Amino acid sequence: MRAAIPALIAFVFLAAMPLLAEFWGGSYVTGLVMRAMILAIAALSLDLLIGTCGLVSFGHAAFLGIGAYTTGIAITEGTTDLATILGITIAISVLFALVTGAISLRTHGVTFIMITLAFGQMLFFTFSALSAYGGDDGLTLWEGAHAYGAFEFEHGLFYIILGMLITIWFLLGCLREARFGRVLLAAKENSTRMETLGYGVFGYRLTAYVIAGVIAALAGVLIANEAEFVSPALSAWQRSGDLIIIVVLGGMGRRSGPVLGALAFVGLEESLSSLTHDWRLIFGPLLIFIVLFAKGGLASLFERRQA
Amino acid sequence: MSSTLLLIQLLNGIQLGVLLFLIAAGLTLVFGVMGFINLAHGVQYMIGAYLTVWFYGMTGHFGAALVLALLAALALALFLEFAVFRHLYDRDHLDQVLATFGVILFLNQAVKVIWGPVPLVISPPEFLAGTFRLTENLNYSIWRIAIIVIGLAIAALLWFLVTKTRIGMLVRAGASNAEMVGALGVDIRRLFMIVFGFGAMLAGFAGSIAAPIYSVEPGMGDGLLITAFVVIVIGGIGSIRGTFIAALLVGLVDTLGRSTITDILKLFLEPSAANQIGPALASMAIYILMAAVLFFRPEGLFPAQGRRA
Repeated sequence: MRAAIPALIAFVFLAAMPLLAEFWGGSYVTGLVMRAMILAIAALSLDLLIGTCGLVSFGHAAFLGIGAYTTGIAITEGTTDLATILGITIAISVLFALVTGAISLRTHGVTFIMITLAFGQMLFFTFSALSAYGGDDGLTLWEGAHAYGAFEFEHGLFYIILGMLITIWFLLGCLREARFGRVLLAAKENSTRMETLGYGVFGYRLTAYVIAGVIAALAGVLIANEAEFVSPALSAWQRSGDLIIIVVLGGMGRRSGPVLGALAFVGLEESLSSLTHDWRLIFGPLLIFIVLFAKGGLASLFERRQA
Repeated sequence: MSSTLLLIQLLNGIQLGVLLFLIAAGLTLVFGVMGFINLAHGVQYMIGAYLTVWFYGMTGHFGAALVLALLAALALALFLEFAVFRHLYDRDHLDQVLATFGVILFLNQAVKVIWGPVPLVISPPEFLAGTFRLTENLNYSIWRIAIIVIGLAIAALLWFLVTKTRIGMLVRAGASNAEMVGALGVDIRRLFMIVFGFGAMLAGFAGSIAAPIYSVEPGMGDGLLITAFVVIVIGGIGSIRGTFIAALLVGLVDTLGRSTITDILKLFLEPSAANQIGPALASMAIYILMAAVLFFRPEGLFPAQGRRA
């Protein structure tokens, strides 16, 4: 329970954000915060793979692309109903996750990292080749999806994203505590032992891979609606790298980790880039420093120190 | 497609394969011996290219620029090994991926700050510039042929070093079981440093000789790095022979794929559909190849002998 407190504080703070933004920053800040929340959703799903299963996927951004492009293409073709878009997105992402997961999970360690990277690159090139939908340049959406008027409220999209974030955070937390999550955690420690005990580790991992993929694809739908623009860059390997950074920065396998990580990542990116145009000169070494010296990420700062 | 065009594409494919081999050889040795994933290996390639252009501007002599660039690239690699990578050998792959990702971010940006975002161009040394007649109406760049020759020579040298010398024996032993080699009294840290420096220099060298044919720009190593990873995974990690074969395979599949897939598709599909799908499929060809290889042989085509997964 204690581990959930930082995330709960963050949620309260986020819920008040549109009000606070009236005084400081306006729609620019709410846009930024929405982006951070969407990244948090994607990072939560990636942490199910990294933190719970011990599977480092380097192609998770592919699912962001699936969600975003499904939305983009559906809206361009005249289907603006959000429920329909979500349905199609879930169907496609389940299919993609089942196929790529079944192949990737035959491997482990570095090979798993590389093969997920390869699948991510395949989707990246597929999106780049969709010349009818913008190709390399991406696709601008002239209208958003319709959700029975929910988006028309002031800050409607903001609270829908926040609501999804909290729901997914809660559900993934329950999943980790449930028998399903414990089997995965145990298999991360020693998969041979779990096999011997009679658990089909492959099936459990594939299920987790599909769940993670679908959640990331939902985040992709949100990105498309927030930015009103989709581009192949969403599923580039650097994006997958960003998601891993967020998970590690926040503290992998920790209840509040991905949420704190995403907020910190966007905050850091924003403040450094306002400081200097060449912010990567600072961010790169900072990342190395974090990896070398800060084990456990931000979430571990809130944990009771154990002697 | 005519046979001369096919010949040119074959040569281009081999040339790309040779370049990939130079990059992937270092990567696979570093990974095989140290179990260290170095994403920043592609940056060494970029640095090699930039330094060559820079020293070429200063000295006006390609050979001198090449040597100076290699020495400077080696110095940078050893500094990075000392300052960052050394502390990562005992960490898990995730930490290695992240920290070396940080190195990429920094160096890509640093190159942009120092040399600007505009691509630089450089001409090959005069006696290797120009083209020669391949057939009546087709010419081929001498420099590309030179790259193939140099690359094959280095591959032969590497084969000799790895299979016939004492240090090569240690490297092979390290790829099979680094702990055991250390336990037998070999200074494994020093071996790591030699392998690392050598690998980085090979990547820098690849950058140097690639500078006259590709545009020299920030981030030029990133795409090639990913392809080099595809190569070492297909070839089997830690195996020089596997890397060589996989590099040529990937070079050929990529080059031939880009020039033929669209035409082949036109046999089955409408031209407009073929033009849509062709380029995407061509870009994906090497990844499909990799996924297929891993599906049937998760350890790659020629895994290092005795290597434990």
